[in-house]
Amino acid sequence: MAVCVAVIAKENYPLYIRSIPTENELKFHYMVHTSLDVVDEKISAMGKALVDQRELYLGLLYPTEDYKVYGYVTNSKVKFVMVVDSSNTALRDNEIRSMFRKLHNSYTDVMCNPFYNPGDRIQSRAFDGMVTSMMIQARRGKESLVARAPGAWSPEEAAKGGAEDL
Amino acid sequence: MEGLTLSDAEQKYYSDLFSYCDIESTKKVSANGRVLELFRAAQLPNDVVLQIMELCGATRLGYFGRSQFYIALKLVAVAQSGFPLRVESINTVKDLPLPRFVASKNEQESRHPTSYSSDSENQGSYSGVIPPPPGRGQVKKGSTSHDTVQPRASVDQQEPVSPVVSPQQSPPASPHTWRKHNRHPSGGNSERPLAGPGPFWSPFGEAQSGSSAGDAVWSGHSPPPPQENWVSFADTPPTSTLLTMHPASVQDQTTVRTVASATTANEIRRQSSSYDDPWKITDEQRQYYVNQFKTIQPDLNGFIPGSAAKEFFTKSKLPILELSHIWELSDFDKDGALTLDEFCAAFHLVVARKNGYDLPEKLPESLMPKLIDLEDSADVGDQPGEVGYSGSPAEAPPSKSPSMPSLNQTWPELNQSSEQWETFSERSSSSQTLTQFDSNIAPADPDTAIVHPVPIRMTPSKIHMQEMELKRTGSDHTNPTSPLLVKTSDLSEENKINSSVKFASGNTVADGYSSSDSFTSDPEQIGNNVTRQRSHSGTSPENTAPPPPPPRPQPSHSRSSSLDMNRTFSVTTGQQQAGVVAQPPAVPPRPQPSQAPGPVVHRPVDADGLITHTSTSPQQIPEQPNFADFSQFEVFAASNVNEEQDDEAEKHPEVLPVEKSSDPASSRVAKTDSKIEEKTAASAPANVSKGTTPLAPPPKPVRRRLKSEDELRPEVDEHTQKTGVLAAVLASQPSIPRSVGKDKKAIQASIRRNKETNTVLARLNSELQQQLKDVLEERISLEVQLEQLRPFSHL
Repeated sequence: MAVCVAVIAKENYPLYIRSIPTENELKFHYMVHTSLDVVDEKISAMGKALVDQRELYLGLLYPTEDYKVYGYVTNSKVKFVMVVDSSNTALRDNEIRSMFRKLHNSYTDVMCNPFYNPGDRIQSRAFDGMVTSMMIQARRGKESLVARAPGAWSPEEAAKGGAEDL
Repeated sequence: MEGLTLSDAEQKYYSDLFSYCDIESTKKVSANGRVLELFRAAQLPNDVVLQIMELCGATRLGYFGRSQFYIALKLVAVAQSGFPLRVESINTVKDLPLPRFVASKNEQESRHPTSYSSDSENQGSYSGVIPPPPGRGQVKKGSTSHDTVQPRASVDQQEPVSPVVSPQQSPPASPHTWRKHNRHPSGGNSERPLAGPGPFWSPFGEAQSGSSAGDAVWSGHSPPPPQENWVSFADTPPTSTLLTMHPASVQDQTTVRTVASATTANEIRRQSSSYDDPWKITDEQRQYYVNQFKTIQPDLNGFIPGSAAKEFFTKSKLPILELSHIWELSDFDKDGALTLDEFCAAFHLVVARKNGYDLPEKLPESLMPKLIDLEDSADVGDQPGEVGYSGSPAEAPPSKSPSMPSLNQTWPELNQSSEQWETFSERSSSSQTLTQFDSNIAPADPDTAIVHPVPIRMTPSKIHMQEMELKRTGSDHTNPTSPLLVKTSDLSEENKINSSVKFASGNTVADGYSSSDSFTSDPEQIGNNVTRQRSHSGTSPENTAPPPPPPRPQPSHSRSSSLDMNRTFSVTTGQQQAGVVAQPPAVPPRPQPSQAPGPVVHRPVDADGLITHTSTSPQQIPEQPNFADFSQFEVFAASNVNEEQDDEAEKHPEVLPVEKSSDPASSRVAKTDSKIEEKTAASAPANVSKGTTPLAPPPKPVRRRLKSEDELRPEVDEHTQKTGVLAAVLASQPSIPRSVGKDKKAIQASIRRNKETNTVLARLNSELQQQLKDVLEERISLEVQLEQLRPFSHL
């Protein structure tokens, strides 16, 4: 259901950001970037309490006419930002929560990979696949081709010098 | 790479060579032994060969694609012709003779590189560097890159220990190659000195060489596999490694090669069929992997921490991204550590990748760690702990942290306890079932369902009172009160039997609180009821049948009044104990006048004990009309007041109705004063404890009664003082059984009503929830609109 999914590191740089390719990706990137302020705001608001008590799901960060931006932050200050289409009114809060939960689990799996250095861009295919499934759901009726690679902001193949065929 | 134009002869020749070298039949040749042998057979200096490999891009790619292979061959021809090696020379040099490869005995059209001769020659030169390594690995070793030196050094150091040593033996690139490696697995370590720059896996080769010396198994495949796998590591002149090839192995290889060559054609044919094979781990491969695993983690049941595995697989020189992907595929349980199966799968994938196989998107089934012995390769014998360990992957190792070497030791235990984990889960599930079972017990019995061993202060008098109330009011709405009353007493205490049963049922319906309690207590209650009834009938002091249900802590009562009721009823209950069926929350006086006799009848139905009660106190029945016979109350109360007066105050209002019902009981009690007193006395001590419960249920109905029937008050008022007495009376009323029967009906009716109310309310609730959701949605949309209208002030 998501139009754009982004994983932002603690230092507020993106670890992973992926949008539906057909859309103007720059717009989504910008939305994610601006939503970081809201995330920080919410974190600090809740920050009085212990981190443990802080709710990971931040909820709707801010709505625009076309999209709604939801946020989720982990205990390590890694933020997940999800942009969904406003026209998708069927999306309930718990669905968003479950999507974030899935994101979080996939992120955890990525972290468990010893070959992944925290702070690196997330290039895990499993993670990509999971995000694709989330995005494809929304776009089933539309472009069902949220190609993983093309849509991915992080060009895995390009990064690889070897350019092996994977 | 650059466009390569080949003449027809060249084309044919090259394609044949490629097929020959393409053992894996994947159109890619990962620097397998064949290729290296080929190059060696070209009798070119190692550096030239290395250069060729670089030029053709194999080193960059890590394997020889068809084009790379062709280019390499062309370059070989160029080199052999003496032309300088240049990329352009591929096409510029015309009329190049076909690359010549010293043919060995290998009959494959004499193309087969007979590295043997070259090997032997080279070996001497390389022996210093690379002990006659099985060649394959050595090829790499020599190679090259300085980075290999490091790994190699580390490998050297590690080899003896080899925690993360690159596989001493070239991982079996293919089933056949594997066979050869088997022999080498452990021998190679000695060869460390392999060219530092050699690929990490060189020790691998060394190992092979060590063990392969004289190992006839060294089929031609064996060299290739290591090379296949690790060729990519080595940019170093393959020739060097070739040189290092064991003469013995060479010979073996020759023989094997022959076989191999013979099978090349088959291989090609097998391409399609063997496509599935790549993911299968043969026994040899498995053995190899296991040995490698052991080098890192001696305990086969243990885990390899992520960091160690990372180090290990990094030596394979695969790009980190691919290694990361391999890890994702192989770390089945996502714990950041590799079990033996996971490690074998990962290793196999690395091998495959190095041989040019593309990594799959999903872990192939043959590589999946299975709970029980898995892979067809079934090298199980070699992996003793596999079974238990295979179970472990399913069990999510205790720690997810990738690098916890310290846990290595604990892992085995954990692995071994995997079965325990499994059983544990079973246990837990069973416990769940147990609890469910408990909760289900109650409902099973309609009579006891919901019931909570609420002591029902079913003193006949009380019941009578209730009945009278009902008659007066003629409405059933009082019924709910009874259940409520019952409930309160239920909650407070569970021992009342018959009444308790009724109460419980009434309670659950009426209040819904502690309904679960009632359930659980039901069985107890039933038992208690029975016992009580019997006891009551016997009017023996022991009637205080063991308070079946543990005294329900009142706290669960949501109704404050119930607390009072509890207390009230506790008093009565206590009295009841003596000889009354647990009066548990006194069955709220059943507002059914007709039930007056009913309960009596019901009693027998409800509980056998009841019958006895009735029988025992036949006098009680007719006493119902004595409902208003407070005189007996007084008489009785006197005896009990002392005990309960404290509680009476609060219980008064509550007890009033109870009193009414208990009047008959009290009257009966009066008649059976002796009994009662005995009971009371006996139950006196228990009263306090039990009193609460009986009070609980009764309070509810009693309360309702109060509300609904104030007229009873006057009557009740008279007995306010006796409320406590009543309670006591009720508690000890032998007539309770009768009232219990009546109450039971009333309770059941009230239960039904409450259930209906519940469903209605539930429906209403769901509707409201839906409305709430809709409203929230509207709100969100309105907010959005608002935002639109409002100038975008922020963000």
